[in-house]
Amino acid sequence: MRYLPHTETDIQQMLTTIGVKSLDELFTTIPTHLQLDRPLALEPALDERALMDHLESLASRQPTGAPFLGAGAYPHHVPPSVDQLLLRGELYTAYTPYQPEIAQGTLQITFEFQTFVTLLTGLEVANASMYDGASAAAEAALMSVRVSGGKRNRIVVSKALHPEYRDVVRTYHTEGFEVVEVPFGADGRTELDALEAAVDENTAGVLVGYPNFFGVVDDLAGAAKIAHAKGALAISCTTESLAFGLLQAPGLLGADIAVGEMQSFGNGLNFGGPGLGFFATREKFLRQFPGRVAGATVDRNGQRGFVLTLSTREQHIRREKATSNICTNHGLNATATTIHLSMLGRHGLRALAVLNWRRARYAREALAAAGCKPVFSGPVFNEFAVHAPEDSMERIVKAGLSGGLPLKRYYPELGDGLLLCVTELHDKSRIDALVAALA
Amino acid sequence: MSDRFFPKTSPGVRGLQLQEPLIFERSEAGRMGVSLPEAGVPEADPATEIPAELLRGEIADFPSVTEVQAVRHFVRLSQMNYGVDSGFFPLGSCTMKYNPKVNEWAARLPGFAGAHPYLPEEQSQGALELMYRLERALSEIAGMSATTLEPAAGAQGELSGLMMIRAWHIDNHGTPRKKVLIPDSAHGTNPASAALLGYETVQLASNEHGVIEPATVAAAMDEDVACLMMTNPNTLGIFEEHIEEICRIVHAKGGLVYGDGANMNALLGVARPGDMGIDVMHYNLHKTFSTPHGGGGPGAGPVAVAEKLVPYLPRPFVVKEGDTFRLDFDRPKSVGKLRTFWGNFGMHVRAYAYIREYGPEGLRDVSRLAVLNAQYIRALIEDEWDVAYENRSLHEVVYTDKNLKETGVTTMDVAKTLIDHGYHPPTVYFPLIVPGALMVEPTETETKETLENFADAMKAIAAQARAEPEALKAAPKKPIVERLDETRAARRPILRWTPDLDVGA
Repeated sequence: MRYLPHTETDIQQMLTTIGVKSLDELFTTIPTHLQLDRPLALEPALDERALMDHLESLASRQPTGAPFLGAGAYPHHVPPSVDQLLLRGELYTAYTPYQPEIAQGTLQITFEFQTFVTLLTGLEVANASMYDGASAAAEAALMSVRVSGGKRNRIVVSKALHPEYRDVVRTYHTEGFEVVEVPFGADGRTELDALEAAVDENTAGVLVGYPNFFGVVDDLAGAAKIAHAKGALAISCTTESLAFGLLQAPGLLGADIAVGEMQSFGNGLNFGGPGLGFFATREKFLRQFPGRVAGATVDRNGQRGFVLTLSTREQHIRREKATSNICTNHGLNATATTIHLSMLGRHGLRALAVLNWRRARYAREALAAAGCKPVFSGPVFNEFAVHAPEDSMERIVKAGLSGGLPLKRYYPELGDGLLLCVTELHDKSRIDALVAALA
Repeated sequence: MSDRFFPKTSPGVRGLQLQEPLIFERSEAGRMGVSLPEAGVPEADPATEIPAELLRGEIADFPSVTEVQAVRHFVRLSQMNYGVDSGFFPLGSCTMKYNPKVNEWAARLPGFAGAHPYLPEEQSQGALELMYRLERALSEIAGMSATTLEPAAGAQGELSGLMMIRAWHIDNHGTPRKKVLIPDSAHGTNPASAALLGYETVQLASNEHGVIEPATVAAAMDEDVACLMMTNPNTLGIFEEHIEEICRIVHAKGGLVYGDGANMNALLGVARPGDMGIDVMHYNLHKTFSTPHGGGGPGAGPVAVAEKLVPYLPRPFVVKEGDTFRLDFDRPKSVGKLRTFWGNFGMHVRAYAYIREYGPEGLRDVSRLAVLNAQYIRALIEDEWDVAYENRSLHEVVYTDKNLKETGVTTMDVAKTLIDHGYHPPTVYFPLIVPGALMVEPTETETKETLENFADAMKAIAAQARAEPEALKAAPKKPIVERLDETRAARRPILRWTPDLDVGA
């Protein structure tokens, strides 16, 4: 085995130095009857080439080609430059940067990532990343309860927020919490009247999608105003962060916390994970927010450097009194995002966002002309829902395409709604093929 | 191998390391580092559809650099890092073993990397089969009935495990119960996860041999206790020899036992938590099964459970029916979802590749050699370095700075000096019950001579601590930055770049 170095002679010499006769003798602290007396019932070992053949045969059963589908995981072009940098062993085989002197690469990238998140969201502080958008949303809701000093325990969530995000918020809020959902209207946006009725003095946080699950740009400012009127925090959730290239920053629309998913920048779909949760908030909540964070400081010679900081909020110091149980962040995904955002830059981000919007608009218009009218009237970015024929999924597959999500899976009342996403990976001919399949 | 070329203490050396500003400080408006296609569709202006107050223009403070500039920037930053690919990484409890390259290749296969989680099951058979096979393998290795692959990391695994325990109590006792017992040597995530679910945590003291006595558990155990959380081997690397009896005591009062699988690298094919009486445990795929740590994640924290907890597993659960694989969402007793989609699939691919490449005998060798390596270092240095607990541990050994007390040199100084010798420091000041702890876990992938060179470095440092303690206080000298002011960072937090950024001197 090429990862295990010892020869029989090595092992014998080492055992002699230790003062035992056999490897078995190293395990005498485990009661004999608890030791497994048979090999594990696993398939036999494979050599490298056989392993590659096996994995290739599994992977080859998956379709390739960008699906017309987002719904929380977005197909985008990942430049080879991003992936090749990620394959630098110093980056992907590094540990959490608890020893800052030999982790300045990871720490500076984290600091740059945090800066990108604050610029995209219009908020002042961001953490080093979280597991994914949904757990970040759940952590945001928990933080809103914390900010209220534990006095408020109601979380109000828009039903137009991603169904899995709502599900996760409920999972994280067990005893003593109340999670209330408010409906959306014919424009696909959260009904503000219903929201106003649901938000009370006991409400800690209000969560809305921006854009929401239907791709519709929700009235975040209106929702924030309602939250603030009752002293609750406004939380925006963004699953498609490329929208920040076109849409106003949530912090400037009144969001106190902006969370969501940044997989769109530099990360593949990977069957839904690992994603990249982001978490940004206002400076005044600096000591309340969850997760790792990098900060700038100086070394003993006065030279600038970076460290993990504010760790007194975290579980390894504060244990049961920590702001969250989270330990791991999604550092390598954040690295991919930082690299991709650096390459996109000021001009590329905006241009890519406009390109996505424009192609999606073309698809919407062509589909409407072919009889697939939009389900909602509200403004959208690169994702949208249309009324589609009942057998649309079969038609899409038959046309050699993939994607589309029948909305009835999560919203029975939206019977013939089909959620679609169009990005820079879908050129006009592919869009035309989709339209032809659904016409 | 000649000492002439490989000095016994493997001193770290300096190559060409380049200073690198923040990417925001490299910017020159007008540059771009990506290639974008023409839209190829009719011109349109977003302002015709999206209200003006919801639109923004370019973000002025974003950097503008070419691909070449960005590549150099991140290559230079990478060179300021130390990874497993750079050298020996004896970081206890974190299992920094070699990350096989074929696993990275596998995760990047277009069928896997490009798979959308919401495609119909018939278009996801390859990915689902891989998950199913991994689920079966992890259940067998743990000696459990089933394993959820959903949790994103160990802490989320703990949370889902505790949620299942909580749900089981509600079903069986009509109450979630109130308390969770946690040994004083546990990871901080254990009490934090329990607190998140509203449990009161009760700390159990380890005995003078570093293990938990059955009597300690019996004294704390009552019908308000939901579960005991045990790491086995514990964070001292010591096998909790009374585990079976402890499980019996907990079960007798209607409680359950949670196993923190952080240290499973000691037990693969050797012993199984399920056979010991443990009801639920999480794995850290990034520890035991070689998925890369990535500078702080992503990890993956699958949770294996005994039969009685299977109905409570998070949704969905991958199942095989005939020759097809599907996700079962219809699980009425499930604790729900903890994250989007089906887990950190990219990590599942790597862990599965790892398990298949080793096979059953190979995995057993992994644990046996991991233990051999840890005990070999101990044999080489225990005359000079105080071992926190005398009895034999398994895959890691906790040393202390006690023998250096009169020199004023601390564990932190030792850690920083090891950097100048070319090593990543061990885990320091953990577990909390050991003052000045240095937790050394070499893993199975290191050669005998690497272990010997490390031992020589440890001995040289002990000698230097007596001869010139100030030198150790000034370490490290060789990295691109020297010891950093962490107090200042916490007192005056600067968490992002702004155009007027000035960290000061």
